[in-house]
Amino acid sequence: MKSISGNGTLRRREPLTDSQLLLFITIGIFAVMYVLAMIILGGGYLKPQMLFDLLNDNAYLIIISCGLTMVMITGSIDISVGGVTALVAMVGVMILNGNISLFNGIISTLGLSEEWRIVFALLTALLIGLAFGAVQGFLIAHLQIQPFIITLAGMFFARGMITIVSVDPQKAPQELMDILQTRIEIPWLGSSNNRGVSIPARMEIGVVIALVILVLVFFLLRRRKLGRCFYAVGGNQQSALMLGVNVRKTRFMAHLLSGLLSGVAGFVFMMHTGAGNATNATAAEMNAIASSIIGGTLLTGGVGSVVGTFFGVLTLSTIKSIVTTSGLRDPWWQSITTGAMLCLFILLQSVVLMRRNRAKDTIKERGKKET
Amino acid sequence: MQDDVVLTMRGICKYFPGVKALENVDFTLRKGTIHALMGENGAGKSTLIKVLTGVYPMDGGEIRIDGVEDAIVIRSPQDAQSYGISTVYQEITLCPNLTVAENMFIGRSPKGRVDWKQMEKRSGELLQKLGIPARPRQQLGNCSLAVQQMVAIARAVDTDCKVLILDEPTSSLDDKEVEMLFTLMRQLKESGVGIIFVTHFLEQVYAVSDQITVLRNGQLVGEYEVRELPQVKLVEKMIGKDLEDLSSIKKKESDAGEEFYGAQGLSSSESRPFDFHIGKGEVNGFTGLLGSGRSESVRAIFGADPVTGGTVKVNGKKVKIAKPLDAMKQGIGYLPEDRKRDGIIADLSVRENIILALQVIKGIRHPISRAKAEEFADEYIKALAIKTASSDTPVGSLSGGNQQKVILARWLLTHPQYLILDEPTRGIDVGTKTEIQKLVLQLAEEGKSITFISSEIEEMLRTCSRLIVMRDRNIVGELKGEELTQERVMRTIAGGGE
Repeated sequence: MKSISGNGTLRRREPLTDSQLLLFITIGIFAVMYVLAMIILGGGYLKPQMLFDLLNDNAYLIIISCGLTMVMITGSIDISVGGVTALVAMVGVMILNGNISLFNGIISTLGLSEEWRIVFALLTALLIGLAFGAVQGFLIAHLQIQPFIITLAGMFFARGMITIVSVDPQKAPQELMDILQTRIEIPWLGSSNNRGVSIPARMEIGVVIALVILVLVFFLLRRRKLGRCFYAVGGNQQSALMLGVNVRKTRFMAHLLSGLLSGVAGFVFMMHTGAGNATNATAAEMNAIASSIIGGTLLTGGVGSVVGTFFGVLTLSTIKSIVTTSGLRDPWWQSITTGAMLCLFILLQSVVLMRRNRAKDTIKERGKKET
Repeated sequence: MQDDVVLTMRGICKYFPGVKALENVDFTLRKGTIHALMGENGAGKSTLIKVLTGVYPMDGGEIRIDGVEDAIVIRSPQDAQSYGISTVYQEITLCPNLTVAENMFIGRSPKGRVDWKQMEKRSGELLQKLGIPARPRQQLGNCSLAVQQMVAIARAVDTDCKVLILDEPTSSLDDKEVEMLFTLMRQLKESGVGIIFVTHFLEQVYAVSDQITVLRNGQLVGEYEVRELPQVKLVEKMIGKDLEDLSSIKKKESDAGEEFYGAQGLSSSESRPFDFHIGKGEVNGFTGLLGSGRSESVRAIFGADPVTGGTVKVNGKKVKIAKPLDAMKQGIGYLPEDRKRDGIIADLSVRENIILALQVIKGIRHPISRAKAEEFADEYIKALAIKTASSDTPVGSLSGGNQQKVILARWLLTHPQYLILDEPTRGIDVGTKTEIQKLVLQLAEEGKSITFISSEIEEMLRTCSRLIVMRDRNIVGELKGEELTQERVMRTIAGGGE
């Protein structure tokens, strides 16, 4: 290894980074699991609709997890995301219902149609998300308070707010829900039922929103300075500072974006369920953390990708769906299996990384001996 | 300002509460030269560097740089950078999880878009130009420390750099890597960059530098051309006293008394089986190249790695040493190689660090009282001349040499019969080095056994009466008496000595 020569060597394929390796492991495991489910359980798993159902049910979780992945890459954590999602969903339903007089006033004064409620619900969702993100981000980045504690407080705060907004469960009016629950039909991925009528595959708008966000975050992390700064800060905060990265701003932005995406996720959650309830999106933050970790994001920061997180969400939800379809309908089986799988994943990840590092060391040692 | 001068610092003063860190120090750096900044720990090298890089504001004096009419004021590292002053620190300040190319460019462009192609092309060209064996798309953490250090330098010089400060860049590199770094330094020097080189290694100063500026106790001793200042003179200037000390500590040829510790076929998870023994009052040493297994061997003796086999006798009695506590109970102490990782507990005070080993031996049910602890701490702070504000100061804020003394104090307090010192003098100044060597010999005279490891063979020759030579994790020779010459040791290490 004298020196690199010419462009030919520059283009040489690099060995996989830890990030990429973990990503491939996740995709591999998801594929194996899904194929096994197809073979053993058959039935529903053979139809594409099964996959779309997974996406429809978990669109909000994909969005939350995207935000959380960014936060985790910077080496921080945000456990308020589930609470914010639930709060936003509740407030959204209230706006659709006309329970919030402010918006009723605006609509009647300007003579707007009822559909405008959806726009107001969306704007409010984004605003609530941004507010949580901004306050938490400020406290964490500028006042250097432990992210876990701040966002734990945020979680309690959001959950508490839900009951202040409405103690009783709320249901959005059907005519507005019809608009929100418009489904995109994909006939060629459909299947026929037992009477031979073909049913197209159905996908909710929320899934489109989630996928668009996924792509946006992917490019943010890959192609934008801010995204690369997330990795730098998570890799070594002190070094990042010395390299001229604005560490405070970077950490603030990660939390701001996570808050914003929780807001979006709340809106998508509302589109999916059409109901506001204090127990909405329970443990969503834990599922999001689990998904990110399964997807190869390290809690210590610096390593992770949203593609991995996407497959993490799919893996997690597939596990749950397999548990249910295998006849273990009691809810605790889902928890137990999820716990066991999560544990297995982490073990696998650390074993792979450990072996890799050991291999690296031996190579280095060999190099030294040759000299 | 003269034509060939790129940086002048005149009458620099910096005071800390109760300390004059720098007083009236002058420093001149010429274009295309490597200028070594030398001094013992606490001489003011780091303070001078920190003033120059804007980490500390100065309390007096002026700094001028080539190309700027007036004296400049440097308020922050970014400020320094904008004047063309770049710094590469001892600890690598790059992000291991990013690629080489990213590490060279992140935080420099105000643009929001990352142009990978452009970035990788430019870094590729720069790496090639500087002859750095790294690829732009390689993950930095996968490169050797030397290459990481060189990437940091490449980043520093890619900006419009007039002055490059290298603060202890070689402390974690092996010989070959150091040579690679020197080649790079010479190349940069050719291109007209002025380099300030801070290091502890005297040979390295002589290998690359053109001038030397020596500081002592915050004051300028003088500026010298390297060829006009022999090594002995330099050391003299640095510690400010005649060096007869250094040669007068020659050990006595008193061969060991009865055996204190003996091991047969001792092996651990990290070391191969080996035999070893040491007598009362004996100073012996393990020598060999980095990675030859010398540290692993002493760790096995102390039980620091899981012991996998062998029999051990202490004072003629068979004992089992499976973990450090067993060894400590037999009166064995171990000063580890990696002071920061295995030695000090940085956030605890000097006092707490000193009493640590004794407390462990006594056990948790017999706590050492505060008064007693203070008494112990003060005694050893005085005996070893540990420079610390008080016994309450966190050890992490002490200089390297003083941290080492604290760990020494920790073991001396337990009154060990056998003390293993693994690289006790690494990264500490010449004065303290001599003190530690003297202490070793003094302990031996009191009948204690000492095993000493150092990568400086000279130092080993000066203190040890028997040297065990290791190569590729095996003991390949044992030298004593007449055989203890630098050449003989080298030959044994290299494999031509048997």
